[in-house]
Amino acid sequence: MQNGRFVEIWVGLFVAAGFAAFFGLAMQVSNIPLFQTVDGYDVHVRFDNIGGLRERAPVTMAGVRVGRVKSIGLDENTYDARVTITIDRRFDRLPEDTSASIYTSGLLGEQYIALSPGGLDFYLRDGDEITLTQSALVLERLIGRFLASMGEGDDND
Amino acid sequence: MLGLLARLGATTISSFQRLGRGTFFLARVLTGLHSLLPRPGLVIAQVYSIGVLSLVIIVVSGIFVGAVLALQGYNTLVNFGAEDALGVLVALSLLRELGPVVTALLFAGRAGSALTAEIGLMKTTEQLSGMEMMAVDPLRRVIAPRLLAGFVSMPLLAAMFSFLGIMGAYVVGVGALGLDGGAYWSQMQDAVDFRDDVMNGVIKSLVFGFVASWIAVFEGYDCVPTSEGVSSATTRTVVHTSLAVLGLDFVLTAVMFG
Repeated sequence: MQNGRFVEIWVGLFVAAGFAAFFGLAMQVSNIPLFQTVDGYDVHVRFDNIGGLRERAPVTMAGVRVGRVKSIGLDENTYDARVTITIDRRFDRLPEDTSASIYTSGLLGEQYIALSPGGLDFYLRDGDEITLTQSALVLERLIGRFLASMGEGDDND
Repeated sequence: MLGLLARLGATTISSFQRLGRGTFFLARVLTGLHSLLPRPGLVIAQVYSIGVLSLVIIVVSGIFVGAVLALQGYNTLVNFGAEDALGVLVALSLLRELGPVVTALLFAGRAGSALTAEIGLMKTTEQLSGMEMMAVDPLRRVIAPRLLAGFVSMPLLAAMFSFLGIMGAYVVGVGALGLDGGAYWSQMQDAVDFRDDVMNGVIKSLVFGFVASWIAVFEGYDCVPTSEGVSSATTRTVVHTSLAVLGLDFVLTAVMFG
């Protein structure tokens, strides 16, 4: 057996390296929810159809991430999708008539909410609702419409 | 025909008998664990020979497994124009499966076999009986520190393996294949969940560490005290640990991600 001091130093280094690797995995590789809570205010958005939108999807304005989707629910009176988004506290001057659309990043990428600013001088606050919305593009519905318009075109000829 | 049947039955009964003996052995070791509290030096010395001396093989294979994953994943993903998802692929496969499983298999070959051989030789040279003669319980003095050290070392080794694999994949993917470094990390952080992926991997490696150390010390303690007995016990350690780890991995994966 080696000198006890030598062994202890090596074991100490080993344990430290193990915990450093674990810490690295936690901080660099995964998204610890502890550090991911956006400090901000909640805004409700109604959509006819949210497509494949999921919780924690990004909310952007002009391509810059300003928040995240907090929760998704169904309004049982109007049968609309009721999406709650949390917008970062720093962006507290979004006009009240801001509109929201659901887009897809890339051809097959995940879906996100894009906000485009309106022109009013009143700003969105906690608990407000965005009413100007555009639903997600559902590919099947789009193809269906396209085929229907093709059919009409043939009749005219 | 009858002889064949009789032998099959005898093998089955004796393997159940060994399993039962192993369980009693484990129970006796675990009830003696508290005697280690005043003597942490025994465990530290074993963490050195089990954990620290396994570092080289874990570091080297971690880096290379990550690098190979990056090369292979890139070749497939680039066909779909999805090469930015390489970080997700590498991180999830390492954290969920390859990190715990490959570390456990390397552990069985590097540390488990050494444990079995050491304890088996102690038994063959009658050091264990000698301890009993001096009223020292070998289960507490020899076995318990080794079991505990294996249990402690495995998750640390697996965490290092996964982390180094991800770094190795970064070097290959971003350095050699020309991916965007920002996309590598940001897509990974979006897709990897701390509780679902990182913590489940740690739970897996804790289970594997426990089972691998248990098998290694039991095979050594239970071996036939001859040079042939020690060598066949060492072989059994590696084979049984590998099978147990792969079987348990399937069950754990089905429970965690199924």
